[in-house]
Amino acid sequence: MAKPKVATASLAGCFGCHMSILDIDDRILKLAELVEFHKSPINDIKKFSERCLVGIIEGGCCNEENVHVLQDFRKNCDLLISLGDCATMGGLPAMRNHVPLEECLAEAYLHGPTVHNPAKQIPNDPEIPLILDKVYPLHEVVKIDLHLPGCPPPADAIWEVLVALLNNKPIDLKYGLLRYD
Amino acid sequence: MAENLEKVIQEVTARYGKDRTRMMDIVREVQARLGHVSGAAMDLIAREVKSHRVEVEGVVTFYAFYTDRPKGRHVIRVTDCVTARMRHVDEVVAAFEKELGIRVGETTPDGQITLERTSCIGLCDQGPAALIDDVPVTYISSDKVKSLVRVLRETGDAKKLVKTLGEGNNALDLVHSMVINNIRKRGDVIFAPFESGSAIRNAAAVSPAEVIRSVKTARLRGRGGAGFPAGMKGEFARNAAGDRKFLLCNADEGEPGTFKDRVILTEAPDLLFEGMAVAGYAIGATEGILYLRGEYAYLRPYLEHVLEQRRAKKLLGKGIAGKAGFDFDVRIQLGAGAYICGEESGLIRSCEGLRGSPRDRPPFPVERGYLDLPTVVNNVETLCCAARVLEKGAAWFAQIGSEQSSGTKLFSVSGDCRRPGVYELPFGLTVAEFLKEVGGDDAQAVQVGGPSGTCIDRGQFGRKLGFEDLPTGGSMIVIGPQRDILDVAAAFMEFFVEESCGWCAPCRIGNVLIRERLERIRAGKGLPEDLTYLEELCTTVKKTSRCGLGQTSPNPVATTLQNFRKAYEAKLLPARQDGRQPTFDLRAALSEAVRVQGREPVAH
Ligand SMILES: Cc1cc2nc3c(=O)[nH]c(=O)nc-3n(C[C@H](O)[C@H](O)[C@H](O)COP(=O)(O)O)c2cc1C
Ligand code: SF4
Repeated sequence: MAKPKVATASLAGCFGCHMSILDIDDRILKLAELVEFHKSPINDIKKFSERCLVGIIEGGCCNEENVHVLQDFRKNCDLLISLGDCATMGGLPAMRNHVPLEECLAEAYLHGPTVHNPAKQIPNDPEIPLILDKVYPLHEVVKIDLHLPGCPPPADAIWEVLVALLNNKPIDLKYGLLRYD
Repeated sequence: MAENLEKVIQEVTARYGKDRTRMMDIVREVQARLGHVSGAAMDLIAREVKSHRVEVEGVVTFYAFYTDRPKGRHVIRVTDCVTARMRHVDEVVAAFEKELGIRVGETTPDGQITLERTSCIGLCDQGPAALIDDVPVTYISSDKVKSLVRVLRETGDAKKLVKTLGEGNNALDLVHSMVINNIRKRGDVIFAPFESGSAIRNAAAVSPAEVIRSVKTARLRGRGGAGFPAGMKGEFARNAAGDRKFLLCNADEGEPGTFKDRVILTEAPDLLFEGMAVAGYAIGATEGILYLRGEYAYLRPYLEHVLEQRRAKKLLGKGIAGKAGFDFDVRIQLGAGAYICGEESGLIRSCEGLRGSPRDRPPFPVERGYLDLPTVVNNVETLCCAARVLEKGAAWFAQIGSEQSSGTKLFSVSGDCRRPGVYELPFGLTVAEFLKEVGGDDAQAVQVGGPSGTCIDRGQFGRKLGFEDLPTGGSMIVIGPQRDILDVAAAFMEFFVEESCGWCAPCRIGNVLIRERLERIRAGKGLPEDLTYLEELCTTVKKTSRCGLGQTSPNPVATTLQNFRKAYEAKLLPARQDGRQPTFDLRAALSEAVRVQGREPVAH
């Protein structure tokens, strides 16, 4: 039987959650025996070509591209895991949610204390995805099957969740693995 | 001005013996004289009573009726109770806003009038109502607003707004109120004629332990909501170590839809004070406090007068009924607009001059209550029952009502029924019988026991009112077929969000989250999983909150989710097959960027 496939993506996150995935250390070898990594920054596969069992997503949605990637994952994965505080709650990027978008851009590109922008230009290339009015946690955009909090979630938690899912066992995270920091 | 401030603070604090436990009275009086309690005033109060600024400020900012900022000379507080909403109180508020040219929360530019909203003020059967300064104004309609404001401006005296007097003692000079009693049904316990002294004489003829035994034999249970056996509570306090003990009467009556204690205080204060004296004798307390909610301040002069009369008749004071050692007196402590002070440990804290946040229990008040001394807190109606038990005997009382719920119960009835008001009925009648009595047969639901109680549907109208089945502190809100049950639940959640003391996170934050999710459903943006989310959140808040408020505050949602699930489901969006959330609208989420950046989304 073909190995189940896992896809991952980082949206409005810092890749810290992906580092935590890698932090399972040598168990990554075992994982590679159990699953095949499909579309993921780990192997740089860009497009879905096959259906995946699990999609793991770090980061919330801050721009239109994030939304499309997420919708693509929803379409191609049986189970979606919202990984980490940015994915489950918006996290640090969501600090801008209390500030109107126009002010955010002005602060970031014009008035911020460390900004050097003599041309007074706010990046507006047609290639750049437009920013959403605020940062959304993933479950507000598509249906999410599992939420794993933490900033980042401990490697052991990620490992246990994947192993349980692959073996069709209930997930039972010990105290200390389910955390919000 | 500065000197004047200092003089006022010195006078006021001196009047209360510079006693920091009398902070409620000190703040109230300073505010009455200066309009508000400024930072400078707080510093001076702290200095005079040897407290700290933070403690004074804690009190000033905790209670809705106190303010650290100047307000108008007059404050109009329009009730936000759900029963008033049923009678279009929003139109009344809009009329006030228009007439005064300000919004709720603002003061007219001439500094004359401030407009505010407030939680239930116990006038649900004669609403929409408002408190204008201390004066209750009932049956307000938007066309009366103009003349109310005119009279207030012209006379500068809210009492002048009272044109027709209510019946009974409401018409006494000392009360002078337009409030009506609306007693629809008199029973044998509370509203039957009473001869002052009859219960005290019977109590004084036997030992305190025998008084407690009588109350136990009568199987009297507390009327404030929880239904704790009154005799047992008394016995705990009696057996507690120490010589100095207290009896506190809970007249905070803040549960929306409850107004029966107001009617007792107006029409049967002698019965109440008699009950307090008897209870004091039984537990060995010589000092009693009547904690009167700030909304009922208009009753205070009359109640003080009744206390005076009773002192003159030797029914209060030293050597009551001629019995050496039977000493008992009562002081009235006014509250200041905080529902949580009805919770017994919050009430005790308030009496001690602190914020009304409940405290951890145990130790229970019967061991360590007011001033850390053994204290019994009882509801107004419970104490009236106790007096009647002593007057007429335990057996007489016990044969009224049902097995676990002896005696009669006062029901305050409001909402969609033809005969709102106060009913004294024996425990044990069914909801259907009750509805027939009050003229609410076509109700789709009844909110039994107020927001913290339970909302039942027609299928449950055969259930019995009493501790065996459906307990109630008295609040009965009839909900007619024309109402949206979710509107009612939403109004109640707003109440709890407003009234949470904020001490524990589940209650402070959880209630806000429940309200938010409910609002989403009401706006037609709810998803099927929101119902599960709400159920889980309700359970969490109930299980992890510290006091009875948080332990019951999710009930408006939890009980309607259980009994009126269809009303929720009808408002939900169907789940989408492709797993996208129907509530997320990418176009809308991008519209601001489109405007600011002046280009269209990157095509995909
Ligand atoms: C939030 C909250 C508000 C309460 N409000 C009142 C009240 O207004 N009046 C009252 O008698 N009991 C109220 N209670 C119940 C009191 O804590 C206490 O149980 C009661 O006064 C005891 O008197 P009883 O045994 O005579 O009923 C409230 C409880 C909670 C948790
Ligand atoms: S449950 Fe609510 S009202 Fe009670 S102590 Fe906690 S925060 Fe205060």
